[in-house]
Amino acid sequence: MADAIEVRHLVKRYGNLAAVDDVSFTVRAGTVFSFLGPNGAGKTTTVEILEGLRRATSGEVRALGLDPWTEAAALHRRVGVIPQDFRFFEKITPREAIEYYGSLFGHRPHPDELLARVQLEDKAHSRFDTLSGGQKQKLGLALALTNDPEICFLDEPTTGLDPTARRAIWDVIRSLKSEGRSVFLTTHYLEEAELLADRVAIIHHGRIIAEGTPPEIIAAHGRPERLRFAAAPALADYLRPRLGLAVSAADGRVEVELGAPSDALRVLSAVAASGVPWASFATAQDTLEDVFVRLVGQMDDGTLKAEGTT
Amino acid sequence: MRPARILADLKIVVRSYLRNPVALFFSLIFPIVLIALFGLIFSGAGNSPIPVQVLNLDHNSGTSQEFLSALNATNVVKIQFVDWNESKFAALLGQNDDPIGLVIPNGFAANYSARQPVAVTVYTDPEDAADSGAVLGAVQGVSNYFNLNASGGSEIVSIDQRYVGSQVFTYIDYLIPGLIGFSILTSPMFSMVDVAASYRKEGIFRQLSLTPLTRAEWLTSHFLWYMGITFVTAGIMIGSGVVLFGARVHVTLGLVPFLIAGPLFFVSLGMLAGSVAKTPESAALIGNIITFPMMFLSGTFFPVSDFPAGLQGFAHILPLYYVIDGMNQVMLFSNAARAALDFGVVLAGAIVVFVLAIRFFTWRGE
Repeated sequence: MADAIEVRHLVKRYGNLAAVDDVSFTVRAGTVFSFLGPNGAGKTTTVEILEGLRRATSGEVRALGLDPWTEAAALHRRVGVIPQDFRFFEKITPREAIEYYGSLFGHRPHPDELLARVQLEDKAHSRFDTLSGGQKQKLGLALALTNDPEICFLDEPTTGLDPTARRAIWDVIRSLKSEGRSVFLTTHYLEEAELLADRVAIIHHGRIIAEGTPPEIIAAHGRPERLRFAAAPALADYLRPRLGLAVSAADGRVEVELGAPSDALRVLSAVAASGVPWASFATAQDTLEDVFVRLVGQMDDGTLKAEGTT
Repeated sequence: MRPARILADLKIVVRSYLRNPVALFFSLIFPIVLIALFGLIFSGAGNSPIPVQVLNLDHNSGTSQEFLSALNATNVVKIQFVDWNESKFAALLGQNDDPIGLVIPNGFAANYSARQPVAVTVYTDPEDAADSGAVLGAVQGVSNYFNLNASGGSEIVSIDQRYVGSQVFTYIDYLIPGLIGFSILTSPMFSMVDVAASYRKEGIFRQLSLTPLTRAEWLTSHFLWYMGITFVTAGIMIGSGVVLFGARVHVTLGLVPFLIAGPLFFVSLGMLAGSVAKTPESAALIGNIITFPMMFLSGTFFPVSDFPAGLQGFAHILPLYYVIDGMNQVMLFSNAARAALDFGVVLAGAIVVFVLAIRFFTWRGE
């Protein structure tokens, strides 16, 4: 399948500050790619360069095979964008806004269908300045879809929204993918990336520090799977010399990191043999969030350098 | 430029505007308020006697003194005797603060007793129709009284009316083109400066830059809207000037070019000012620096010809001067040649500013 977006060694500098510092990645057509990072990591700068709203300092950027800066007009006919904190004309209603976009793009969208799709039918005739944050964002999404785009750029589409509105937008993003559109999603919500994205890149201080599918990232950067017992530290003291695995004890819990899944059996037999009483046990696995927090923390400590990507 | 896109954008502009009651008030009611306010302040006749400069060339004959004291007794006028040279009377009167005058000719008493026709000369002030009219009425009344006494009504004493200026225009006549110019300047300038800066700050330009709408199309739709507003406010101003104050202005097709080129100029200038500014605050400041001198010194509220020479020179570098002067030429003086020249200046300026505005107004960052 062709690539929807290709970025090679992208750099964007503002004076001495490199907002985006040698970033490379590829988004395959028809997939959801999520750019994950804390605020100020360079997510918006990158997405704006991809949308042709900002000019790259150096590097090569292609969206649908077009240079977003020099071929912006051609690109904009084929992509849909909702920016962070979408704003529109205050006195205009969602229905009028969609008709307006339809005229500008020379498409004849069905406003009611689009509004239904983003669950905004009941606000079709309300002025923009009376809409809630979530409703505004939904209108942004509807407008981004007026021109039947091949790529949708969604820059933190659910930031500040209530859980219901957030879920509604997630549904739309899923449907975009099922229609074969490519989606470039920036977010600082781990859950969002984990739920929606085929591939995730974690960006921090303008650099990509991890990239892959969520399980790949967890496998590469997460700690091993763990067995966790509610037990006294005496259990840890018993297990440590006998297993050759990392064992830790804290807050009335003992954790054993498994080198391989089969280690679990060895651990359980050793626990049984120890005679130390235990109340419950569970397996624990790093989530994308654990990995994210650790990687970002390590980068801030200077103990991690950005990795070469893909 | 695609008409369909301009039309789509114009629809948005019109709806946004019509749904904003404050904006609506300012464009429709404000013109009437302005006309009424300035009309009442500056052209209303006061109750106090009107000073009249009197030159009595009849060597203070008994009859002339009787005539003047009868005039004084009306309480409409307050006679102020002057001893100016007759040939310089009109010129000196023109420089006087109270430029209404009366000349009693030499031989007034002799002619009157011989019942030979004799004319007194009343100089009226074209910019003060109310006072001029009141003085004329008073002089006419006294003359009628004298005629009645002497001859039972046949006209002996008549009035020769002259104007201190060349033609009779009242303040309200000047005020109408001036205030149309005022609204051509202010309504696009204030709102375009604000729109330019706030749409950029709110990311609306960014949003529009992601559509096929071009900057020229966007600016054109705004120009069309303000042109429409200008036609409506011009109509309201002319209408209320005529109805409320009896203004006498020519309303001809010659006005149309100014009602088109004027808004084009100031919509573009507002956009340019808003685009070069970094923040909405500095945009407002730049807008005010450009707007305020023009608002007062281009002949909006007072004719530029009333200004001191230095200020007149300054007025000639203000674009709005040419808009208002052109409309004065059309509406008052019927001077097509000069109106055409004024229009040429405005149109050329408007095109330059439009192109500059498109150049400087970017809707995406670097």
